[in-house]
Amino acid sequence: MPSLDLFLQPEIFLVWTAALKTLVILGVVLTMVAYSVWAERKVSAFIQDRIGPNRVGWAGLIQPVADGVKLLLKENFVPGGVNKFFFSIAPSLAMIPAILVLAVLPFGSSLFGVPMVIANLDIGVLWVFAVSSLGVYGIVLAGWASNSKYPFLGGIRSSSQMISYELSLGLSVVPVFMITGTLNLGEIVQYQVDNGWMVFPAWFRSGGGLLEFTTDNGSMFGLDLGQTLLWIPMMVSFVIFMIAMFAETNRVPFDLPEAEQELVGGYHTEYSSMRFALFFLGEYAAMIAGAGVIVTLFLGGWSMPFVPDGSQGWFWGLVNIGTFFAKVAAIIFFFLWVRWTLPRFRFDQLMKLGWYVFFEVALVNIFLTAGILAYLQS
Amino acid sequence: MATIVQRPKLSLLERSYFPAILGGLWITIKHFFKMLFGQTKVTMQYPEQKWDSAMPEWYRGAPTLVKDEHDRERCVACQLCEFICPPRAITIKPGELPGDNRWSKVEKYPEKFDIDMIRCIYCGLCEEVCPEQAIFLRKDYSITGLTRAEMVHDKEKLYELGGVMHGLVHKWNEKK
Amino acid sequence: MLTILFWVFSVLMLASAAAVVLFRNPVNSAMSLVLSFLALAALFVTLDAFFIGVIQVLVYAGAVMVLFLFIIMLLDLKAETRRRLNIAALAGGIAVLGGFVVLITHVVKSLPTSADHFPALARTGYSDAYDIGMTLFSDFNLPFQIIGVLLLVSTIGVVFLSRRSLR
Repeated sequence: MPSLDLFLQPEIFLVWTAALKTLVILGVVLTMVAYSVWAERKVSAFIQDRIGPNRVGWAGLIQPVADGVKLLLKENFVPGGVNKFFFSIAPSLAMIPAILVLAVLPFGSSLFGVPMVIANLDIGVLWVFAVSSLGVYGIVLAGWASNSKYPFLGGIRSSSQMISYELSLGLSVVPVFMITGTLNLGEIVQYQVDNGWMVFPAWFRSGGGLLEFTTDNGSMFGLDLGQTLLWIPMMVSFVIFMIAMFAETNRVPFDLPEAEQELVGGYHTEYSSMRFALFFLGEYAAMIAGAGVIVTLFLGGWSMPFVPDGSQGWFWGLVNIGTFFAKVAAIIFFFLWVRWTLPRFRFDQLMKLGWYVFFEVALVNIFLTAGILAYLQS
Repeated sequence: MATIVQRPKLSLLERSYFPAILGGLWITIKHFFKMLFGQTKVTMQYPEQKWDSAMPEWYRGAPTLVKDEHDRERCVACQLCEFICPPRAITIKPGELPGDNRWSKVEKYPEKFDIDMIRCIYCGLCEEVCPEQAIFLRKDYSITGLTRAEMVHDKEKLYELGGVMHGLVHKWNEKK
Repeated sequence: MLTILFWVFSVLMLASAAAVVLFRNPVNSAMSLVLSFLALAALFVTLDAFFIGVIQVLVYAGAVMVLFLFIIMLLDLKAETRRRLNIAALAGGIAVLGGFVVLITHVVKSLPTSADHFPALARTGYSDAYDIGMTLFSDFNLPFQIIGVLLLVSTIGVVFLSRRSLR
């Protein structure tokens, strides 16, 4: 069949599989965005002994659709005196970077031999940081273009906050690269498949271990000296990265750009309708992308102990994809949980924490990792 | 005299915030799971469940007009309620009872009796001032409408809400 | 395909670079500069220099320009936007630019190496981040260390200068 052969030519195969993966991932993630808003409302309600949305559909499950319809039908109001151009493009600038991050995340091992990552870049992690650092423009421009005091303050806060926390975000993952020796997210996940997750390095290591167990199907798990030593800087990295990710995605306790009690609505005070919705959804998309990065770097990505990867059949490929999204969902639940527990930091406390604590700890952590690696190699 | 409150001296562990943060997370997750497994008593689900049965007799809901057991409309259009109403929600247009009416000695009856429920503040002064025991605040509290006109209760609506009130003084009845 | 991309991004880069100068509103200029940096990063990527392209975005577009924007937004922009175009300054600027272009073409043409064709860089089989690291820490180790010290000195200088009170 000639038409099928055409689809299997290497370049064309690459194009249509990539397009398909992009569409599926976009669909899945946008659905997750909608439902994380629902989850936010439900979790906050449960934590505060309320019931939460329960009118639209069973347990309020159609609520996101209703919200979307409501936002679409509202008037798209542009206040007088705004800078129209930047006012209109700012919401898109907030949404796009969050989605671009997804391009390099390995969300599964492989399915029918196709690797489950849209763009397997050698500099995947740097791409994540570069793109997410562009996300601040949407917020800053929204604050400036609104020509209003409170949004402006929100934008200013956002830019200084992002600059401060990007440093600790970037520095805290350097130990991960030092251990894995690559910037490629897929390879980082593969390293964790072989050597155990970064935050729980106790699987699939054979020989010379402190503790060792063998299961029926021959897989080994246990601990050896190197992993145990490296576990310490990895936990430090994980905690710093997690906290910096909270700041980077403007979540409580670092949601100063939109601090409702101080700044009305922060940078999106002057926005309404779908433009507001883009900011709102962009924030959740950034949260999902951030959760995906955390999962990929520290929690083993799509891997699960004693579960084979996609080369063993399409069923296991699907299981891997499911594992990845389940882990992302767990991290998102943690984000929500923290939001409804902690109060907001004051701005000076935020800056102090970023510059005096996390920056230094991340630097020391790099030296500690280097020392341990040098000791292990000698 | 000013008293100086000494700030508590925090240990290193306390200053790292972590114990307090973990404690807070523990409390919230406890609430979360209690709610998830239905152990938390929650508020009433309003439109399905209501307090109506437990409502006291003296509840001050929407003002209504009542008829007595002889099916006489008790209002004599004296307009006292219209005058006392603080937000001026009541509008009455008095009319004359025709001579062949059984109650013609009362002389007046309300041709129109409107209460604007957007204005009404449920103060109950109309009920208090009424010399005829004709207007009562009953138990309807959920007064809704889609237009302003819909929110004005006219005479039919007021009688429909008020219904028949028993045990009133019948000062206009014929002497035995 | 690559040629088309090259032209698209180089035109975008040059146009937005010109827009930086031509816009009267500093925020517009700053955003044009960001666009220019992004187009430049895209050009690097078409040359397979992913690492440099991404670092371009991360450092210049993501950090430096955010700080620029931060400062610009705190200024009173009304005076800037009202300023008229000065014909003399414009003519002078174009003259300097033209002279510079002529000079640089002469210099480049007179260089003996510029006539040679450079072969494409051999693929090492590692990622370009690895290659850059190896080059930096083997061939250019001393300059790298010197730059490190220079940055440290300037950091210390900034910290010293920005202290509240100089005693």
